[in-house]
Amino acid sequence: MYMYDEIDRSLVDDRVSQFRDQVTRRMSGELSEDEFKPLRLMNGVYLQLHAYMLRAAIPYGTLSSEQMRKLAWIAKKYDRGYGHFTTRQNLQYNWPALEDLPDILAELASVQMHAMQTSGNCIRNVTADQFAGVAADEVVDPRIYAEIIRQWSTLHPEFTFLPRKFKIAVTGSQQDRAAVKVHDIGLIAKRDGDGKLGFEVIVGGGLGRTPFIGPTVREFLPEEHLLSYLEAVLRVYNQLGRRDNMYKARIKIQVHETGVESFTEMVEAEWAQIRATAVDLPAGEKERIAAFFSLPRYDIEDGSSGKLAEQKRDDLDFARWVDANIAPHKVSGYAIANISLKPIGGIPGDASSEQMDAVAALADRFSFSEIRVTHEQNLVLPHVREDNLYAVWQTLKSYDLHTPNLGHISDMIACPGMDYCALANARSIPVAQEISERFADLERQHDIGELKLKISGCINACGHHHVGHIGILGVDRKGEEYYQITLGGSGAEDASVGEIIGPAFPYASVVNAVEILVESYLDIRNEGERFLDTYRRVGKGPFKEALYGTD
Amino acid sequence: MALIKNREITEDSWVQLDDETPVPSEGGAIVSISRWRKDRVALSSRNAPIGVQLESDNGPEDVLDGLDRLDLIAVPFATFKDGRGYSTARLLRERHGFTGELRAVGNVLRDQLPLMERCGFDSFQYVGGTEALVALKAFKDIGAVYQTAADRRASAAALRNHPSQAFSNGTCG
Repeated sequence: MYMYDEIDRSLVDDRVSQFRDQVTRRMSGELSEDEFKPLRLMNGVYLQLHAYMLRAAIPYGTLSSEQMRKLAWIAKKYDRGYGHFTTRQNLQYNWPALEDLPDILAELASVQMHAMQTSGNCIRNVTADQFAGVAADEVVDPRIYAEIIRQWSTLHPEFTFLPRKFKIAVTGSQQDRAAVKVHDIGLIAKRDGDGKLGFEVIVGGGLGRTPFIGPTVREFLPEEHLLSYLEAVLRVYNQLGRRDNMYKARIKIQVHETGVESFTEMVEAEWAQIRATAVDLPAGEKERIAAFFSLPRYDIEDGSSGKLAEQKRDDLDFARWVDANIAPHKVSGYAIANISLKPIGGIPGDASSEQMDAVAALADRFSFSEIRVTHEQNLVLPHVREDNLYAVWQTLKSYDLHTPNLGHISDMIACPGMDYCALANARSIPVAQEISERFADLERQHDIGELKLKISGCINACGHHHVGHIGILGVDRKGEEYYQITLGGSGAEDASVGEIIGPAFPYASVVNAVEILVESYLDIRNEGERFLDTYRRVGKGPFKEALYGTD
Repeated sequence: MALIKNREITEDSWVQLDDETPVPSEGGAIVSISRWRKDRVALSSRNAPIGVQLESDNGPEDVLDGLDRLDLIAVPFATFKDGRGYSTARLLRERHGFTGELRAVGNVLRDQLPLMERCGFDSFQYVGGTEALVALKAFKDIGAVYQTAADRRASAAALRNHPSQAFSNGTCG
């Protein structure tokens, strides 16, 4: 993985000193909360319902074991012993004290981490496929480009006060695990007819109040022009994006209102002017960064001895975990092990310091000290020898990290909701917990198969409900929590925005409603169909009837 | 309010004119963009520096025809959150070669100063809560930069791959 050089290190250290000075000025009263706000937001510090919240950046979801241990230590020393992994592959601390924040940033800097641009109307932490580098179907490791984008976007002088926040995701696979079509910019690496590497560029996807699946503005952008093209998109957006209404300020609205063709023409015209300038990387820099992402030296001969099949036969719980949570690795004999942070009845994405330490130790022993964070709020050990899976699983089991539910109904995304968030209209976490408990029977979950359920506590859609196979949106109705259900969304390569199925349900009956939907699917599914496939085949009708009757 | 120019606090030698005030015969005068458009010929023939104050909705295209005559362009930041002026500044400097004074006016705060400077501003009508003298430190908060911009500082990538640039630009640190 990428390692800072002197330049990277000095920038992050300078940033910590700068923030320490800002906090001192705030605490002395020299800065009012209003004046402090834009400064703290630039460093990932929010003021939530009960306390400040710090969001540490985990660029493109890649962590070393050392970094994970530091995250665990910070949770223990400065917070309440846990952290929350987010849909931008970041980590949130919910209870830090203002005066500790500079020290926490210094602790992060000591392991080459920061909290820059995890909030504010700037280019946010760039995300990528969590299986980057090891996915069997990958054209190139997208982290090379995600790191290039991270550096280019960090403290970008022109794009720090955009009309609204700006999110970029990169994948190197045709199978989209990074939800690139619902980002402000999504990049899909591909090769042209001559084998040359480049990107399909998607601009103007997004969730929130007005969800859009992003249109492709360029089928193939040669890789060497990545930064100048991004700079052209951002410049067009910075000049023309709406400043009068924050709800219409995202680039998706601009693309929609301008029209994809006109918008694309503006970008291409701007790009034509700057592609010859020094925005793109000098020769050698891409290669320098790429070298950090070469594969570890696998001991391929010993990868697999066939022991795995035997272990699965002997231990059915282990077999269930392997079947649900292990993804194919590009090197035979190795496996990608997904660690679910969705124990039955737990809070999606939360991890205790002990759990973080345990994962760090497993990474050291079995995964070349490397860990990934997924946008679906789980963790990944990307380089595990098949023969070691049983040992990994046994350790996970003693930390309640072994739930075999990846991609199943209890592996849901949920935003923090009204339990933490100042914007929320309704609680998300207790709904997630109750659904998880209702479907606690793992055999039942596996029978249901892949079902992506996503919950947001307000229209801002941090829980990605628009792209849930089943989406749940919390709304406030005269002081009471109601939940609107959408069906048929997807954040993957077959991206779509879910449709509202009917009137919202009060808190007390939303879990029943989900169960009715699932039972209806089981009744009418064809062989091999996922919930989403069945919905796409039959449409709303049968589900609506099951929920609301025939009237 | 203080004027910061080239990282120093200086006396403002310019006067800002409203549209009714007659243009004085001497000294730098800043007029509104609408007045500039209306009286361009007369203003251009003035035997003293002339500057124009843009509105938030103006971009570089609105002053391109006057770049050879204008000595100062003031770019407004109605609030610090309105970042259009950063693009305006870079385009004026990098694409259109404007070499006169580029002044940031409006809600210009301490922590935006270094970003504005990178985009090509060389003077700032500073209104931040921190005293202007203290605010000057902000220019040196962060030593390294990752991008090429109007200030032509060598980016991290350039320094890594062509280390000699560190000397020719002399701005690392």
